[in-house]
Amino acid sequence: MENQYYDNLTVSSSPHLVTGLDTRKTMMMVLIALIPSFLVSIYVFGFRVIILTIVCVVASVFFEWGYNKLMKKPQTIGDLSACVTGTILAFNLPSSFPYWMAIIGCFVAIVVVKMLYGGLGRNIANPAIVGRIVLLLSFTTQMTTWPVTRLAATDATTGATPLGLLQAAKGGSVTLPSNMEMFLGFIGGSMGEVSALAILIGGAFLIWKKIISPIIPLTFIGTVFVFAFIYYSIVGGDYSAMHMAIFHICAGGVMLGAFFCATDYVTSPIMPLGKVIFGIGCGVVTMVIRLWCSFPEGVSFAILFMNVLCPLIDNFAIKKFYGGAKKNEK
Amino acid sequence: MEKKSKLSILTNGIIKENPALVLVLGTCPTLATTSSVTNGVGMGISAAVVLICSNIVISALRKIIPDKVRIPCYIVVIAGFVTVVQLLLQAYVPSLYSSLGLFIPLIVVNCIILGRAEMFANKNSVIDSAMDGIGMGIGFTFALACMGAVRELLGSGTLLGINILAGHIEPMGIFNLAPGGFFTYAVIMALVAYLTKDKSKIKKDFGCGGCAMESTCGGERKELEKLVEKKGEEAC
Repeated sequence: MENQYYDNLTVSSSPHLVTGLDTRKTMMMVLIALIPSFLVSIYVFGFRVIILTIVCVVASVFFEWGYNKLMKKPQTIGDLSACVTGTILAFNLPSSFPYWMAIIGCFVAIVVVKMLYGGLGRNIANPAIVGRIVLLLSFTTQMTTWPVTRLAATDATTGATPLGLLQAAKGGSVTLPSNMEMFLGFIGGSMGEVSALAILIGGAFLIWKKIISPIIPLTFIGTVFVFAFIYYSIVGGDYSAMHMAIFHICAGGVMLGAFFCATDYVTSPIMPLGKVIFGIGCGVVTMVIRLWCSFPEGVSFAILFMNVLCPLIDNFAIKKFYGGAKKNEK
Repeated sequence: MEKKSKLSILTNGIIKENPALVLVLGTCPTLATTSSVTNGVGMGISAAVVLICSNIVISALRKIIPDKVRIPCYIVVIAGFVTVVQLLLQAYVPSLYSSLGLFIPLIVVNCIILGRAEMFANKNSVIDSAMDGIGMGIGFTFALACMGAVRELLGSGTLLGINILAGHIEPMGIFNLAPGGFFTYAVIMALVAYLTKDKSKIKKDFGCGGCAMESTCGGERKELEKLVEKKGEEAC
């Protein structure tokens, strides 16, 4: 990718700005931002987290390398995007997930979703999200068997996620973990999504480094919060609406999805207005799936759904410049 | 239309113009009924029987049927044979009948059968049309069997109901669902395109030739060709 900046003369519109930021550096930043969640995950679930993450990263890089080799295309593994895909996919799995199934997920993510469409920048959906969805639909049992955290006092080998508890109760009374536990991440769930705090640290780092724009995460999480608040204000229940609203933004994959999956450059809108629509759409679909569908969690489906709508949103959100083409002109 | 040998008409439908994999007709039953080999083959054979019979009858009646009402006439003929097939299935293989369900009556509006009636049977002799029906029927059944085999093996670990993978390797449930159907379909289509190379290339004169309105339309050929090009995919 660097060659594009230095070897070829690319004439683009002004302002002309030379920046050292390329795909590899961007991806490196994302990897750095994922470290806090990784550490929390190791602390909560034990060392299998490390092995599963390494398996996913190695498999993803291998599939990208193998595809390029097989198709006689220039090698693209150097841009580290496969590493990021592998890591995020691993973070979306329960820590007890079998390795060979994770490798199938990497194959779907890298080969089917990314490389077959022409590689990074041309994929229509976020590879890690589709990898996760394919695994969820294929190996539902393994994907929803959550190992208990090392901090749990019980002897059970599997636990439920807070959202799973909510789903199982379906309107009945339910004892949920406290919001502080949810925020810090001492709960059952996928590897990387348990600790809202760790993801917030990583997300803040990315926003500070201007790798991602804060619009999508804020609108996404904000929509989930408002939606949950209104819903529980109307429906009522054991907990206050405020409590449930905070519960919903800390539970499941909202944080991870909002900061690391929905902000994928390739599959999210470019213009600010588009980003707002995208974030709100993700939030609404997530909450609709959580509250009214048979799946306890809907973040991945929501992001995939909005990914597919992304070109339409982009078209809609193009800025109309004064004196530019009129709206109805073709 | 150039004169073709009987054998080439027969083999035409199997790979070169395979209705499901090359012409991309009849996608709905292809995706919906291939979660197992048995269902796929059952669907393929049912459609093939209807196709052969309707091709023969439509070809025999091609000089009697008035051009302007030919589509309703075709539908009546096809629907008659579909009813026969449906009753036969219900009587002799009720298990297949119940698993195919709605898709048997839907053979009436199957693109392949209407398409062959329109594109082939109403222009060719009875024997040629029968050959075409047999070839297309075999091609369709073959495509469905391939898809069914892949999806059944990966989705439930069985083949023709015999346990092969289950117990050793966890089957991937997604292949039993619609997305798995699309994945399999795409991969098999790509494979066929790769194997046949340019033999199955889309014909250049796809303009009025394949159009349903060819005989009644006449004028404004160029306009129509543009339209067909634009709406090529929706035309079916």
